[in-house]
Amino acid sequence: MSQQVRTIQGGQEYTGPGVVGPEYDNTTVTEKISNLVLRKDTELSWFAGVAIGAFGGLILLVSVTYLVLIGTGIWGLNVPVGWGFAIINFVWWIGIGHAGTLISAILHLMQQSWRNSINRFAEAMTIFAVMCAGMFPLLHVGRPWLAYWLMPLPNTMALWPQWRSPLVWDVFAVSTYFTVSLIFWYMGMIPDLGTLRDRATNPYLRQLFGLLSMGWRGATSHWARYEKAYLILAGLSTPLVLSVHSVVSFDFAVSLVPGWHTTVFPPYFVAGAVYAGFAMVLTCTIPVRKYYGLEGLITIRHLENMAKVTLATGYIVIYGYAMEAFISWYSASPYEGFMMWNRMWSGPYWWSYWMLLFCNAFSIQFLWFKKLRRSPIFLWFLSLIVGVGMWLERFVIVVTSLARDYLPSSWDVYSGTVWDWSLYIGTIGFFIMMMFLFIRFLPIIPMSEMKMILPRSKKAE
Amino acid sequence: MKLAQDRIGPMNSQYVVGIFETEEDIVGATEETRGTGYGIYDTYAPYAVHGLPEAMGLKPSKLTWACLVFALAGFSVAVLGQFWINGIDWAVNVGGRPFNSLPAYLPVMFECIVLAGGVGVTITMLARNGLYPGKRERLIHPDVTNHRFALALERRDASFDLNEITAIWSRYHVAEIMELPEAVS
Repeated sequence: MSQQVRTIQGGQEYTGPGVVGPEYDNTTVTEKISNLVLRKDTELSWFAGVAIGAFGGLILLVSVTYLVLIGTGIWGLNVPVGWGFAIINFVWWIGIGHAGTLISAILHLMQQSWRNSINRFAEAMTIFAVMCAGMFPLLHVGRPWLAYWLMPLPNTMALWPQWRSPLVWDVFAVSTYFTVSLIFWYMGMIPDLGTLRDRATNPYLRQLFGLLSMGWRGATSHWARYEKAYLILAGLSTPLVLSVHSVVSFDFAVSLVPGWHTTVFPPYFVAGAVYAGFAMVLTCTIPVRKYYGLEGLITIRHLENMAKVTLATGYIVIYGYAMEAFISWYSASPYEGFMMWNRMWSGPYWWSYWMLLFCNAFSIQFLWFKKLRRSPIFLWFLSLIVGVGMWLERFVIVVTSLARDYLPSSWDVYSGTVWDWSLYIGTIGFFIMMMFLFIRFLPIIPMSEMKMILPRSKKAE
Repeated sequence: MKLAQDRIGPMNSQYVVGIFETEEDIVGATEETRGTGYGIYDTYAPYAVHGLPEAMGLKPSKLTWACLVFALAGFSVAVLGQFWINGIDWAVNVGGRPFNSLPAYLPVMFECIVLAGGVGVTITMLARNGLYPGKRERLIHPDVTNHRFALALERRDASFDLNEITAIWSRYHVAEIMELPEAVS
């Protein structure tokens, strides 16, 4: 097995103009990626990674159990801050998922073939992130076992959902997003699962991959329909991804709370989501490509392109901050003006606003420098800062507006309790665990799509 | 997109299969073989080779229409459902606003279009390809899911001339020629 391990680790940094390193052709692409799954020995560090994630998963399990036993009173919620960590974490996770769909659908429609090596990874991230996101509203309803009331099920209680409520739109947007993302991800994997089936030597693995690949045999008549369906799904996912975070932003924008009731929210949220999502793709791919020697498939050019998208969407987010501040003054609404002043200077959470500006507005200016855009270590640290910044953004929006609402007599200060934090950290652990399992058991780079973008001269070898 | 397998199914006919190494060769060989009038059963490739469906003479897929039908169904359910529920069956007065309000119904309409269209087009694609969990694959060559390409011809009658085929395929660097006794579905 030592020979297989050699093909897993030890890649070469490729800095040329192409999107695939020179060592790859049809055969080596298959070998490299399928060996990640089919190798018989697993390195200790993978177990360590899963263990860390699973430990977080246990924290999640304990937190959810305690929450179900006692109720949402264990959280730091109060009057007037009735939406705390649950909605912050929900929006944060949903946002992280958006990069996956942007990479897989929008870049596919724009024929940006460099996306082919990172789309599978980013889509997996989307699915796990949406799973984490979905937990929060379900738990926040207080009695999660009755969450199915959100669906329009006839005659359960002789009641129907209120279709004019953004919270019901959210149910539809998020569940559609999860379903379509899952289908897109799985469909993209069918040919690769077929390849794994044909390369697996273990009969049980052959059976398993055979079942999952649904009898895929590479016929061109199948490929033609497959490509068409994939294109249609990309076309459907593109407006879907824009709609999901718009609908999430409606949860705020449709209300009358100062700081929430603004028309800039949908585009501002969508851009923020893509921004946070790309940062998370960088956070996940940079260590993985290094560890598994995938530098020839996820090249420096990929990292640089992702850094550029982060910078561009970061600027839309900065525009959002600027507009919020400008309109609060220009609208001449005393409530809006007070909200902004309270958010920036006079309120209890002024520090969070400035930390947010540091993370999301100041730190990304370094991405103007090509040298830094092409430095994996720098990008990795920056992606962590952006992740924190986007969490703070939701904190600022949710908490500063609610803590100082229209009735000064009801003003209160909010902070998360240990159970708020444990639930949040638990979902991060769950996400890490799922990513590690994905890396070990499924092809993390689409083999069939990589073969499509190999330079012509390399395909023959 | 009618193929031999759809028309006749597995019969006693024989299949002649050529294995090629590059996508240029498979596209060229397919085009020229089709020009000679031999019935192309199917071609096989490890990835979607652009130009190969055209070389085989496949008609463009009609999946777009299937998607439209599903999407319209989703849209109709969303429109009728929301108007009936909020306007007739469970009309709740919220701040004196109208019971039926189209703008408020748009998000759910949109989501239902995407959900029904996406799920529908995927199921249609799998059904038309005859793919389902548990389907036994019968590969024409073990390398077609890895790095090689295959072109399968159907030997329909006595006029089939293997020498002519071999001559054409040799120009496209055919790596291997096989004869299969039964259908490769």
